[in-house]
Amino acid sequence: MNKRCTLLTRLSIRARSTGDEENSSSTTLDTSRYTFFFHEFSLSFQNLIARVSPGKKWLENCRAYSVPASSKVVRDERFATLDDQDIKHFSGIVGSKGLVVDKDELEVANTDWMRKFKGSAQLLLRPQSSNQVAEILKYSSSRRIAVVPQGGNTGLVGGSVPVFDEVIVNLGAMNSIISFDEVSGILICEAGCILETLDKFLADKGFMFPLDLGAKGSCQIGGNVSTNAGGLRLIRYGSLHGNILGLEVVLSDGTILDMLSSLRKDNTGYDLKQLFIGAEGTLGVVTKVAVLTPQKLPSVNVGFLACTDYTSCQKMLLEARKHLGEVLSAFEFIDSFALDMVLKHSGHRHPLPDAKEKFYLLIETTGSNQSHDKEKLDNFVETVLTQGLVVDGTIAQDNTQISNFWHIREAWFLQLPPLGKAGAVYKYDLSIPIKDLYNLVEILRERLGGLATVVAYGHLGDGNLHLNISAPDYDEKASFFFQIEPFVYEWTAAHKGSVSAEHGLGFMKAHAIHYSRSPETVELMRKMKAMLDPNGILNPYKVIA
Amino acid sequence: MKVMVAVKRVVDYAVKVRIKADKSGVETSNTKMSMNPFCEIAVEEALRIKEAGRASEVVVVSMGGEQCVETIRTGLAMGADRGLHVITQDSSSLFPLAVAKLLQALVSSEQPRLLLLGKQAIDDDCNQTGQMVAGLLGWPQATFASKVSISDDKESVCVEREVDGGIETIQLQLPAVVTADLRLNTPRYATLPNIMKAKKKSIQRVTPEELNVVIGSDLEVLEVTEPPKRKAGVMVASVDELLDKLKNEARVF
Repeated sequence: MNKRCTLLTRLSIRARSTGDEENSSSTTLDTSRYTFFFHEFSLSFQNLIARVSPGKKWLENCRAYSVPASSKVVRDERFATLDDQDIKHFSGIVGSKGLVVDKDELEVANTDWMRKFKGSAQLLLRPQSSNQVAEILKYSSSRRIAVVPQGGNTGLVGGSVPVFDEVIVNLGAMNSIISFDEVSGILICEAGCILETLDKFLADKGFMFPLDLGAKGSCQIGGNVSTNAGGLRLIRYGSLHGNILGLEVVLSDGTILDMLSSLRKDNTGYDLKQLFIGAEGTLGVVTKVAVLTPQKLPSVNVGFLACTDYTSCQKMLLEARKHLGEVLSAFEFIDSFALDMVLKHSGHRHPLPDAKEKFYLLIETTGSNQSHDKEKLDNFVETVLTQGLVVDGTIAQDNTQISNFWHIREAWFLQLPPLGKAGAVYKYDLSIPIKDLYNLVEILRERLGGLATVVAYGHLGDGNLHLNISAPDYDEKASFFFQIEPFVYEWTAAHKGSVSAEHGLGFMKAHAIHYSRSPETVELMRKMKAMLDPNGILNPYKVIA
Repeated sequence: MKVMVAVKRVVDYAVKVRIKADKSGVETSNTKMSMNPFCEIAVEEALRIKEAGRASEVVVVSMGGEQCVETIRTGLAMGADRGLHVITQDSSSLFPLAVAKLLQALVSSEQPRLLLLGKQAIDDDCNQTGQMVAGLLGWPQATFASKVSISDDKESVCVEREVDGGIETIQLQLPAVVTADLRLNTPRYATLPNIMKAKKKSIQRVTPEELNVVIGSDLEVLEVTEPPKRKAGVMVASVDELLDKLKNEARVF
């Protein structure tokens, strides 16, 4: 890695440990993320961002932390190294505008959202059609060139960036909406469409995308499908496995697999598209998507409620299901430790300044009739207040308050890590039986003592815990890290949970699959991978290590 | 001392509005409606005055159709004591002068010492009601308030106003009319206990006839259209092309 001095402060980025010496290089601003930021935030936030504006101070705050050397990975020497012939060939496929060798652009594409993983790809390709993707893969397969399919690069497990010098195939240029049926609500689009763009398009027609997550301003639908993103409203709209009606996928040998049906029901043979949903780009590259989209209902209400203990939170979920039933669209929780850090760094004010409780719930209802929903919400609130399940709370009175509450819940993804506000963050995304969920957090807090701050939040309604451990600095020799891993995985496995609820395995958890899957299952996965990708060029070193 | 706050139900600030097909106005059915943000600031200020011990009662008043009750309830949920709803056939015929006349009638029956309003509504941006009602009542007025302080003897109020040249500080004898600007305060969130209590607070209904006010207007909305769409920018390939475009298309020189 060349040492390069730019106008901006030199950042020291520790490359993933391959046993080599520490590399350092400078980085430029990630402008795509900045457009995302200005996109997302309200006025008060823009003030905040302006103050934390790009510049020396900002860069100093963003330090990259590399993954610990718990897994020493070595470059598979069976993969070819790019030569001029290859570049010429690729140039012939995608044209000059589809070929990126610029150092700064590559730097951005090589680094993940958390600035935790950094690859060293020398080439980024931006195909403009499925045919180009097919030709790229066909050639790469024949030459044994490793490839990383990339979308919005907002993944949290290092699945969207190269480990070594794999060629990045970014689908961002394939961003057209192909068709939308206004009667059935079926949307067909290319994989590079940004989620928020799709949602806005649908909103104009009175529909909405059944998936919503903090990254929506940057993430692309191809990536969402490939990671089977869960998001904030899974409790209402279900998973992508149910909402995706069809896919067009390009296989490693360049075959374009057209499974782009837009039928609600089609029981003809094996439903192969399900394999690619959640395969994280290791079985094929998703190029087109057909989605079933629900109506956009006008009446949305959000409550931000305070509970004293975790048991109350669980009872709240039951009561919410009972009283809000069919209009419940989100049930999220955030604990006081997480909330405190958000309020400290994000510039938001506490929705319940007088409440000093340990747990906060964000409950959302979406329905077709405002007065009916208000009545349901009133009944629910009265019940839980009388039962003492909530101590305090507030119901948003307008859309600005609604988005404020959501920003608070999403700040741990959107702001704290990318702005370097939470130090070195170890993120764990676990599915745990709801009754045991918070026990892990308290056990970890005890285990780590004061060495790090353990914060928790997540999709309580889905039993999905987002565990974040924030240390002031990253030190791979820090003893406390070995208090976290593999303990977290072992504890989760012992409680029959999943070590990755929705983030996927990527690079970070490729070694951890056996905690949640039986050896026979993993073996069958290996066989499928070998069948679909005999040369192993699609996103190597990931998912199944 | 009693404080009266006038609030308006408008299309929510964060909603992207659309024009009705017949161009008669903005699409409001199936659109999220909320309290006008400036009115919310006015309610917050009234509550702070009460919490500081300078007022004994905060009355929230709104005018329009049935749905106005929701907006009044929001004010009550924030902490106001009582609501007043002037029922009219529909809200679209209520222009500022009519509202001012209704407020004048209400003020004479309720006798508040301070009338707070938002500086303008975000749907029509009129910025007239506060000024008109002050004129009708013959009361002093302070508009675009960024700071309000009631004197200890509750006989006068000191208001800092945001004007083009900076901040103007004026003192008014009570009773007076004050309209709230953005930086006056940050409105509180309505908490659950207050939302529950608000359901039991009273909202009194009156009609314009009972107040002896005739709702009519000298204004007629002819047409509502969208502003022209912003044209996309043009990428130029060279400085020469840029100069050519500046000279011949934009006619800058």
